[in-house]
Amino acid sequence: MVMDVHVQAYREEAYEYLAELESSLLELEDHPEDADLIGRVFRVMHTIKGSGAMFGFDDIAGFTHEVETVFDQVRNGQMAVSSQLVTLTLAARDQIKAMLAASEHGTPVDAAESVRIVAGLRELSGKGDRDAPGVTAAAAAHGGETEPVAVTYRILVTPVAEIFASGTNPLALLNELRELGPCQAVAQLGRVPAIDEIDPEHCYVAWHVVLTTDRGIEAIRDVFVFAEDVCELKIEVIDDGSASGGYKKLGEILVEKGELAPDALAEILASQKRIGTLAIEKGVHPEAVTAALVEQQHVKQQREERQKQESAASIRVPADKLDLLVNLVGEMVTVQARFTQTAVERRDPKFKAIAEEVERLTGELRDIALNIRMLPIGSTFSKFKRLVRDLSAELGKEIEMTTAGADTELDKTVIEKLNDPLVHLLRNSIDHGIELPEVRAAGGKPRQGTVHLAAQHAGDSVILSIKDDGAGLDREAIRAKAVERGLIPANAELSEKEIFGQIFAPGFSTAKQVTSVSGRGVGMDVVKRSIEALRGSIEIDSRRGEGTLISIRIPLTPAIIESLMVMIGGNRYLLPLSLVDQCVLFPKEDRERCHGRDMVNVRGRMIPFIPIRERFGLAGKRPDIEQIVIVEMDGMQVGLVVDYVIGEHQTVIKSLGPAYKDVRGVSGATILGDGAVALILDLPQIVQSVENEAA
Amino acid sequence: MAKTIMTADDSASVRQMVTFTLKQGGYDVVEAVDGKDALQKLSQCKVDMLITDLNMPNLDGIGLIKGARALPACKFIPIIMLTTESQDSKKAEGKAAGATGWIVKPFKPEQLMAVVKKVLG
Repeated sequence: MVMDVHVQAYREEAYEYLAELESSLLELEDHPEDADLIGRVFRVMHTIKGSGAMFGFDDIAGFTHEVETVFDQVRNGQMAVSSQLVTLTLAARDQIKAMLAASEHGTPVDAAESVRIVAGLRELSGKGDRDAPGVTAAAAAHGGETEPVAVTYRILVTPVAEIFASGTNPLALLNELRELGPCQAVAQLGRVPAIDEIDPEHCYVAWHVVLTTDRGIEAIRDVFVFAEDVCELKIEVIDDGSASGGYKKLGEILVEKGELAPDALAEILASQKRIGTLAIEKGVHPEAVTAALVEQQHVKQQREERQKQESAASIRVPADKLDLLVNLVGEMVTVQARFTQTAVERRDPKFKAIAEEVERLTGELRDIALNIRMLPIGSTFSKFKRLVRDLSAELGKEIEMTTAGADTELDKTVIEKLNDPLVHLLRNSIDHGIELPEVRAAGGKPRQGTVHLAAQHAGDSVILSIKDDGAGLDREAIRAKAVERGLIPANAELSEKEIFGQIFAPGFSTAKQVTSVSGRGVGMDVVKRSIEALRGSIEIDSRRGEGTLISIRIPLTPAIIESLMVMIGGNRYLLPLSLVDQCVLFPKEDRERCHGRDMVNVRGRMIPFIPIRERFGLAGKRPDIEQIVIVEMDGMQVGLVVDYVIGEHQTVIKSLGPAYKDVRGVSGATILGDGAVALILDLPQIVQSVENEAA
Repeated sequence: MAKTIMTADDSASVRQMVTFTLKQGGYDVVEAVDGKDALQKLSQCKVDMLITDLNMPNLDGIGLIKGARALPACKFIPIIMLTTESQDSKKAEGKAAGATGWIVKPFKPEQLMAVVKKVLG
């Protein structure tokens, strides 16, 4: 830690000072009148106290303060040096040394001794009973924490002419005011003399500032904390944040600020010219009128904005009401589809026009309803910070977690379901990924490892990534393990991606030791299943010695998807459109050319296919010309043989209910426009089971 | 170009802490061990701001502030003094000598940076 270096430096320095203090004190005993010596002792005490408090040695600072106070009196001639004082101060010096040693080795000092020395010193200085103030904190706490309200202030800043000589830059003060909130400053040039009288080292300009801030008047005074001697400051509240609507008239502002006499205003109002022009004629400075106009404008604007904000304020709604709304919208989309289909069948133009209108409205309603449930993923991120902290402490690792894209929005239910997989992946990164500090240092890496958690939008999905700068995946170890577990044949030629993909296989674990954190060999396959249940995908990229990147792609909403409708044996099925790559014809001749191997040549590439009809054991005759829908999953293309492709479909996903939760190959169902039910195919699961059978 | 700040303090640990904090904040730093050293260095190199302790051997902070204000190059630069809570009279004396502001010891790096930003604008 950076701070430790400073603490160590302080300790070393304090030991030096204590040595100097000892010799000075002994000398002082022989020359009790020597002002230089007294000054030196005071300075040493002062430095030990000041730096001590800065580096966290509050006990030393508090104790030394007492000694310093006494020597301050000696320095000011209020007290003479006595041998008693020197003895006590020497004892104090030993006590400080003991405190320093204690901070290093942890053996506590004798607190009674400190009390005895302090009591002795106080008695000497003749204020035995009075309580010493002790060390006070530098930063004063802000008073009364109430709900901050944006208040508009009028601030009149009039610097003295010699303000520059104090090193104060008035423009820096104005800039600081601007940081507090919407702020407008109008320079007042009334005091600027004729050019031959101008002293370029003097300041003649004053400022009228209108500022709206919720930080309170103290924050404004803080800006001028160094400048109160060189600057006349007047702060008034002109809008306390409650009123809305219009603001004072120009004339009223000028009178309030004392620029214009009330009777002069009355006179102006009697004639019918523009008030600003008339006020100038009455001897008001043009800049003062500008300032008043700016103030008027500023407050008006603030009030308008406040009104806008009030009407756009958010309301809290129970989450289940929203879920109900989304469900109802889902039903609505379904009914609308039936309605549209009926309208088309009726061939009635009037009826069809209404159906189209309903279709458009339903679409908008659906988008809004789904959008309401979107939440920023940030709250989940901050939960993980704690997890990383606790886990790394438990494992003796130094890990920092950084995040990006915390404001990325995802459906509430998705965020909830992502929690467990993300926890698992983070645990993996911390436990297996990031090495122990010693190992990292030996490998030339910083001792502290980093885990970066990021979320970002990518089209209609969100990509979550977990990146660590740890050891990375061991390709050979994974391969060997996969062979040992019988997941792949020993001579299989696999790409890097395919090898990394093995860690998602059930029952796979390469950890040399099972720890309490992770490494029970369950998990990664479960992670993959949960991500896929959200219709997402997961990918791993890793470089040995440099780290691992895990990317999860999740669709924005789970309830409604774009899908491709196909017909097989008189039933309609739906495939998630996001997985579909292309559709090709598959005539009988091609089928016969396959000779029973389920491989087809598509534009020069051999692609394996799965005949869904056979897979599901559907009755009926295969049509002469079938179609193959080619889908892409985990970087691999697979064909699905169907009777024919119907087209795209907006699909409201319905769960099959608990009775069918073990059905393989189907992830859900939907209700079609004509009221029929169509099943949604679970493509990853179908492909997986075919692969398993082949192996 | 990075602004240059001088820290004058007889305590090496305070100097180290101030220097480290300012360098982190992107400033160049010149160190001086007491008022005399500081004044000599001020006449040699251009400094945009001065942070000085009040209690120093050879020449104390008040003397340094007065000396610095007499130099044409330092006439208008911000000067911040480091004081302790027991030195209210010193604070006034420092202001009279031409100090811009003060930081009460003990202070944290963030407080130092806040003051530097405040006076350098």
